[in-house]
Amino acid sequence: MINVNGHEYDVHGEVGTTLAEALREELSLTGTKIACGEGHCGACTVLVDGVPTLSCITLVHTVDGAEVTTIEGLREHPMVQSFVRADALQCGFCTPGQIVSAVALVDATPAPSTEEIRHAMAGNLCRCGAYPKIEEAIRTWRD
Amino acid sequence: MARLIRTEKEVEGRYEEVWLVVEEDALEQWPAGAREIVGQPHVRVDGAQRARGEAIYTADLQLNGMLHTAVLRSPHPRAKVTRIDLAPALALPGVHAAIGPNDIPQLTGDCTFQGQAIAAVCADSLAQARAAVRAIDVDFEVLEPLLDPDEAVRRGELVDEEPRVKERGDYERGLAEADVVVEAEFRTQVVLHNSMETHQAVVQWVADGVEVHISTQYIWGIRDGVASGLGLPPDKVRAICHYMGGGFGSKNSPDDYTFIAAELAKRTGRAVKCALTRREENTAAGNRNATIQRLTIGARSDGTLTALGGEFVNAVGWSGWSSGTEGPMQMLYACPNVKTTTYGAKLNLPPMKAFRAPGFVEGTFGLEALLDELASKLDLDPLELRWRNHADTDLADERPYSSKNLIECYRRAEPHWERRHEVRARSTDTVKRGVGMASQIWYGGGGPPSYAWIRVGSDGRATVVTAMQDIGTGTKTAMAQIAAEELGIPFEHVTVTVGDSDRGPFASISAGSSTTPSMGPAVRAAAADAKRQIIEIAAQRHHLEERVLDIRGGQVVSSDGNLSAPVGDLLGLLENAQILGKGARGPNPTGMQVLTFGVQVAEVAVDIETGEVWVDRIAAIHDVGRVINPLGASSQIEGGIIQGIGHTLSEERLVDPKTGRILTTSLDAYKLPTIADVPEIVSELVDEPDAHLTNLGSKGLGEPPIIPTAAAIANAIRDATGADVRSLPISREEMLRALREAEAKERRAAPARV
Repeated sequence: MINVNGHEYDVHGEVGTTLAEALREELSLTGTKIACGEGHCGACTVLVDGVPTLSCITLVHTVDGAEVTTIEGLREHPMVQSFVRADALQCGFCTPGQIVSAVALVDATPAPSTEEIRHAMAGNLCRCGAYPKIEEAIRTWRD
Repeated sequence: MARLIRTEKEVEGRYEEVWLVVEEDALEQWPAGAREIVGQPHVRVDGAQRARGEAIYTADLQLNGMLHTAVLRSPHPRAKVTRIDLAPALALPGVHAAIGPNDIPQLTGDCTFQGQAIAAVCADSLAQARAAVRAIDVDFEVLEPLLDPDEAVRRGELVDEEPRVKERGDYERGLAEADVVVEAEFRTQVVLHNSMETHQAVVQWVADGVEVHISTQYIWGIRDGVASGLGLPPDKVRAICHYMGGGFGSKNSPDDYTFIAAELAKRTGRAVKCALTRREENTAAGNRNATIQRLTIGARSDGTLTALGGEFVNAVGWSGWSSGTEGPMQMLYACPNVKTTTYGAKLNLPPMKAFRAPGFVEGTFGLEALLDELASKLDLDPLELRWRNHADTDLADERPYSSKNLIECYRRAEPHWERRHEVRARSTDTVKRGVGMASQIWYGGGGPPSYAWIRVGSDGRATVVTAMQDIGTGTKTAMAQIAAEELGIPFEHVTVTVGDSDRGPFASISAGSSTTPSMGPAVRAAAADAKRQIIEIAAQRHHLEERVLDIRGGQVVSSDGNLSAPVGDLLGLLENAQILGKGARGPNPTGMQVLTFGVQVAEVAVDIETGEVWVDRIAAIHDVGRVINPLGASSQIEGGIIQGIGHTLSEERLVDPKTGRILTTSLDAYKLPTIADVPEIVSELVDEPDAHLTNLGSKGLGEPPIIPTAAAIANAIRDATGADVRSLPISREEMLRALREAEAKERRAAPARV
């Protein structure tokens, strides 16, 4: 059983099923993206009990009983609107993962410094290079 | 009236002669400057869908009964399959079909580069398909690969029959007239697009045709390419791409994965997805090819260029095209004597694909870095040197420019350039600081054909319908702005529908910085057509002359101020009737060269003990005609510069020189820039409409910002340290090599000790 965005699900993944696969294929929560499938790019970031976690290299059975939050559970978070307002996305494929990481950052540090933003977000790659505006979106998320 | 013309069409710097039917563009350009909607910053219309994880990319599709594919790709750069048995794969659970060499033209046992597709299996799950591919029994005869581009040129192994030779004036005489000659060899590496969404397609057969969901930059290229590959009439192929996760030039055509999915879908009667893994993406999905550039510049002592010469070797790989690496040398400066020879070396390496200004990124690095060596030798200011050699007409093409504001770019760069004294003064014993600049020239004019439709409903709201794609550049947003501006209705009242070849007219490729300059004028023409009809209806309804009526802010208004009624009130009379406007992109100006220009100024710090380089600041000033959305434009510039920084400092596809195997197949090994690598970026656009180009005067901005970045950084390094970097990426090794070389040069130049 895993709790995803406040709902309990009985997930029957085969042995070796990752959390990202279970979310996307079994629960149709496709906001979580798989871009590298080996934990290098951050596109698959979700929160597991509040901690940013790479769901593409997390086996689903290891989160049994945990609370998982995906982008679908954060749609009303002001960070989403802040990303849109700052134009902090281009193709948008990495964006849900960026937002999940950003939410985890501001949950712990509501007014992060530039250094703290860069440190927390360095694991989320964006090939379009939206980084300057991602930084701006996180800096201004409460505006 | 429709007019048939024979004209040149340019994409990514390559020209072809085509027949076109064009409709005269009757609309006058809007005056220069920001308007109510066009020229104002707008957040992207689909930003929320993308940010909220609602946008469905090809990667997210889950069609009923959909099967997943894994592909057996050659692990060797050159090998022959001597034996292959698919039976063990077919015997595994969940497997539905397997195909091998020659089942379709895209599968072969004659492997000429690592990553070439040999066989493919589809299964209920991706894990089952991968297990099945591992079970395929295959033997290879491994052959000696050709990996060295110079060796390929010596052997005449070229992708084109002949090298491309371009000469104007008398190069040898130009050299003889020079007071100073500088020459050097530059090398650029292979870089990988690494779009976040890998190349992929989902194909299903429907009646006597196919539906192709695909991550693409060119919906119509997919329709036509799949149709010709499968022997179908074009309209039996429906190409669909509503959202796509990046392309950068690598997703302009249907490739092996599309045809593999189509064949497996045909055999199984199911929808079949074929998606490249990240490791396949880093091997077989295309690349910016490496180059070798042997360059010579001759100049008089006042800096006037007398001769430019270059031998360029594009290490193209097994197939692809030999891009215009010589372009900047041919086009950027007013030099009367220029001779370039460009070879496209055919190698046992994965094929190149267009990557954001192919050729010009590489060629600008060599040319602009050597120009600064010349400036140093002549003791001239690099900005002054460029100014002196400004080209007033295109000498390479002998056509006038449709518009050119490079001088204005230089003028606006001056305050950034002036910072160099202050920046250098902040150097320490071990960390040296400096400022460098480089110019940019590139295409970006777009062209016909491109079409748009607009429907205005009885609520007075409009929908733009066209089968283009928005690859993340914000094209939908720009089109909504253009439509709203022309129609005179609020921006929020316009929806833009794209992404489906069955649901809209032909639209431009999103490559070659061409989407906005191709599609924008068609959308404006469609909006004007709809507006004309609305005014005709309003005139009849209100018994007024058409010439006194206009639409502003969503209201039909009369010039005497007596009438001001919402468009929805008027059209509401018609209930379900719709006003349908259509528009076509007019021709490019005859006999003119349509180009984009710009300049970037970089500030760097170099640790001379470790060879580490930091980019602290880049100022970018570009001239791309009228700016539609300054917010989206600044994002494009930042993105281009950041990719340029990766290209300059960290990214490199490494190949084992012994086996020819690719070593950098993961995002751990291949170093993309992260948020921590980003400097301060200041961007500015000249925003002067090109008076000769379409009803908008807009050019494209996708590619220009990546072009001068590497050269500007290299020149800043030279300013900081005196070292000439000659090879990309500027790794610590390259930086230390250049520093040692500079030191040795200085020792040689110093007077002998007594």
